[in-house]
Amino acid sequence: MTVDTLINWFATMGDFPILAFILAVVISGIPLFLVMALNAMIAVYVERKVSAFMMDRVGPMGQGPGLHAGKWGLLQTAADAIKLLVKEDTVPESSDKFLFKMAPYIIFIGAFLGLAAVPFSSSLQVADFNVGVFYIIAVGSIGIIGIVMAGWASNNKWSLYGAMRSAAQIISYEIPAGLSIIVPIMMAGTLNLQELIIFQSGTIWGILPNWIIFNNPFSFIAFFTFFISAVAETNRTPFDIPEAESELVAGWMTEYSGFRWAVFFLSEYANMLVVSGLAVAGFLGGWQSPIPGLFNTGLWGLFWFMGKLGFLIFVMMWFRWTFPRLRVDQLMHVCWKVLIPITMFNIFGVGIWKLIFG
Amino acid sequence: MSDIAFWVIVGITVGSSFMVVQSKSLLYSAYALLFTFIGVTGLYIFLWADFLAVVQVVVYVGGILVLIIFGIMLTNKITSVNISHTSMQKSMGAVVVIAFMGLLGYMILSTPWLVLSNAEPSDTTSAIGRLLLMDYLLPFEAVSLLLLGALIGATTLSRKDT
Repeated sequence: MTVDTLINWFATMGDFPILAFILAVVISGIPLFLVMALNAMIAVYVERKVSAFMMDRVGPMGQGPGLHAGKWGLLQTAADAIKLLVKEDTVPESSDKFLFKMAPYIIFIGAFLGLAAVPFSSSLQVADFNVGVFYIIAVGSIGIIGIVMAGWASNNKWSLYGAMRSAAQIISYEIPAGLSIIVPIMMAGTLNLQELIIFQSGTIWGILPNWIIFNNPFSFIAFFTFFISAVAETNRTPFDIPEAESELVAGWMTEYSGFRWAVFFLSEYANMLVVSGLAVAGFLGGWQSPIPGLFNTGLWGLFWFMGKLGFLIFVMMWFRWTFPRLRVDQLMHVCWKVLIPITMFNIFGVGIWKLIFG
Repeated sequence: MSDIAFWVIVGITVGSSFMVVQSKSLLYSAYALLFTFIGVTGLYIFLWADFLAVVQVVVYVGGILVLIIFGIMLTNKITSVNISHTSMQKSMGAVVVIAFMGLLGYMILSTPWLVLSNAEPSDTTSAIGRLLLMDYLLPFEAVSLLLLGALIGATTLSRKDT
């Protein structure tokens, strides 16, 4: 169900092209936003619980609404959301008011655009591009502009430092991420996400699913370099120096509160969803079943995709609560002197592999 | 439908590039440039150049614009919020602009344009890849060597002697 099919379907109903276009965009946009909001709500709760269990705490708990946050703290996220919505929206006196208010929109658009190309199942994808992989990498860079805008407009030294660090980090880590995703593209010979996933059907030696990660040693390494750079691109621990609490208060988000801050939060979790979605589609077989040939039809695709996505997001949380934060110089060292040489070697290796065995 | 979309995109492109020139604050100019680049991306999509459109976003929005903003922010104190640039020699500029527009208009009207049929090309990426790595391999490699030279040169120039 892509936007194009919707537009074509509306076109059969009558000749109102503008109305059809708007309806199709709204119909495919609202579920996408719901996915984004729901993902953030669930992820916030899971993050609290995962962090609590990893630190040997119990996390949000309670006996019922009114007393605490519901059974097992399930209402914690709802309480959080209500708190954020009713919180006072402050705009600093000395800030650049226009850019300060503009920044959340830009960051949100950057995250939302990426989500449009994520292939949730063989038929559930808002926009099925010829250049889908490249598109997701590209729109990820729109968010940086928003971050820099937010940091500068706040007129606060911590915000500015956070924004600069964030932009430097995202620009640097885009390179290993892009070079790693080239490996599946080289193997499948396509930039289209659906074709990339279809390439990964079947089995290796009759047992393993034919996912790109299992295909050869180079693609196995490429998955890990991609995932590490993807975590860095979402500005999460251990790569969260842009918002390092102990040094920068909250980095570029310092001056934001209430709903504007919630938008940043929503975008961060949506970015996690997008980069994990790209990792799943590029390396882990997308909506293909892990048991080759079984449970591979219809809604099972959605189930497998969301399952893999959920697992990768869980791994990101796992990282967050087990690794210490990297210093700025270590961060750049990891990117330029460790990840990029590995990814270059990978591209070379996979080329040779494809020449010999492909 | 596509006519309306086209004119909206043209409006965004031209309007925001006008803001780039007219804005008093340098940083506002840089942010207006974001919309210009996105508008040009839209124009590429209208030409069925999907790969080129995405390259436009990666290179111009993700690379060049971020570096421009970086440059502005690094060369000024945070306290000086209003970094402005002024327009000078407006009358002379108008003459140059009108002459240039006339030249461009003449070129547009006198060129025999190739009009493509309305059919959607199936896949531009593989064609671009084939052309770059088969027919134009030598220029492609020469450009990459040139860029490498520029990179090393920039590093040498900006490096402090130790």
